[in-house]
Amino acid sequence: MSEKTTFWLDGAEIPFTAGQTLLEAARRAGHYIPHLCWHPDYKPHGSCKLCTVKVDGRFVSACTTLAQAGAHVENRTAELDDMRRTLLQLLFVEGNHFCPSCEKSGQCLLQATAYELGMMSPHFDHFFPNRPVDASHPEVMLDFNRCILCSLCEQAAKRDGKFTFVMGGRGMRGRRVILNSESGRLADTDFSSTDHAAHVCPVGVILKKRVGFAVPYGQRRYDQAPVSLLDVAEAIK
Amino acid sequence: MNAPAKLRIATASLAGCFGCHMSFLDIDERLLELIDLVEFDRTPLTDIKTCHPCDLGLIEGGVCNAENVHVLRTFRQNCKTLVAIGACAVNGGLPAQRNHLDLRDILETIYETEGGLARGTHIPNDPELPLPLNRVHPIHEIVKVDYFLPGCPPSADAIWKFLTDLIAGRTPTLGHGLLRYD
Repeated sequence: MSEKTTFWLDGAEIPFTAGQTLLEAARRAGHYIPHLCWHPDYKPHGSCKLCTVKVDGRFVSACTTLAQAGAHVENRTAELDDMRRTLLQLLFVEGNHFCPSCEKSGQCLLQATAYELGMMSPHFDHFFPNRPVDASHPEVMLDFNRCILCSLCEQAAKRDGKFTFVMGGRGMRGRRVILNSESGRLADTDFSSTDHAAHVCPVGVILKKRVGFAVPYGQRRYDQAPVSLLDVAEAIK
Repeated sequence: MNAPAKLRIATASLAGCFGCHMSFLDIDERLLELIDLVEFDRTPLTDIKTCHPCDLGLIEGGVCNAENVHVLRTFRQNCKTLVAIGACAVNGGLPAQRNHLDLRDILETIYETEGGLARGTHIPNDPELPLPLNRVHPIHEIVKVDYFLPGCPPSADAIWKFLTDLIAGRTPTLGHGLLRYD
């Protein structure tokens, strides 16, 4: 049995087992650390930086940093939440996030995290980029206006032994998800609506057709409770 | 003792649908409480057409044409505190979904090439019509905005909480259920 030790998170003592990350141990102990690109079923890659915490004064990603005995970790401080809000605002202006017309509204991790952090405005000037919508597949559509480049679809496809979604391109406007078919369309890939990738998107890019408003606004996942409660409830159930 | 002076409020809808104004009216009988505390300057509710010096300006809608820019700047000059109300004022909203399209292409399609138009129909060119901008802008891209109240529209409860906080001199806080973007 691995040795149990503890670290300190915003003054609370958090137990962990060797090899656990700060994010995993905190969630397991009922403490929410904001995150977007992290998913419990996939290897963390620390790219969205929402889970940034301060360990003994140094900024680290909580999803990729192993817990260490006796460490003092700052999480929901005004300083860190301010920075997280700025990261969210940058994501909102970089894509086209029009919540009132989005099927994912109320079940979207980006939106729920912005609610949690009290984001009242996008603050920056919008890019309003021109991004494609792909409705070629009979069961699933893709709306890249909302993509936050978390790469979870790429990882989820690999879990099924597929390379349907691949992160490609360079730079702020070039980086994107590329579909692995000659036409570049979803219908021409080996994608199936039963793939793990069909259900992993934290925002409203990968959407099952014809069920968009089966559950009305107001009765959706994050309408019931804030993400901070649901996230840790999921970890300890 | 004299009653404290009432706050003056002005409101306007720019590139919006008046949905936020309708949601504001949805505060229902609380309007009676509100008019004990405030009086209205320029707003569709009073039909006053020019904005005078005010304590609070509420702007619904984004900025899609030259007249919107003018009205917004007038509000900023006259209002001590300016608030963006609703998705369109906050991020451009539905009208901004034209932003990745070319304006001339849009106008030609709607007024000249779309099916069902009368023969010889052209893009309207009356000098009274304000010229559209190439892109629809959230209002914070044009003037300084003091507070933002998102939602499409923000619910009456959210508007009430926001206004009562502001009038009482508190920083408005909405919390779960009242802060929504949809």
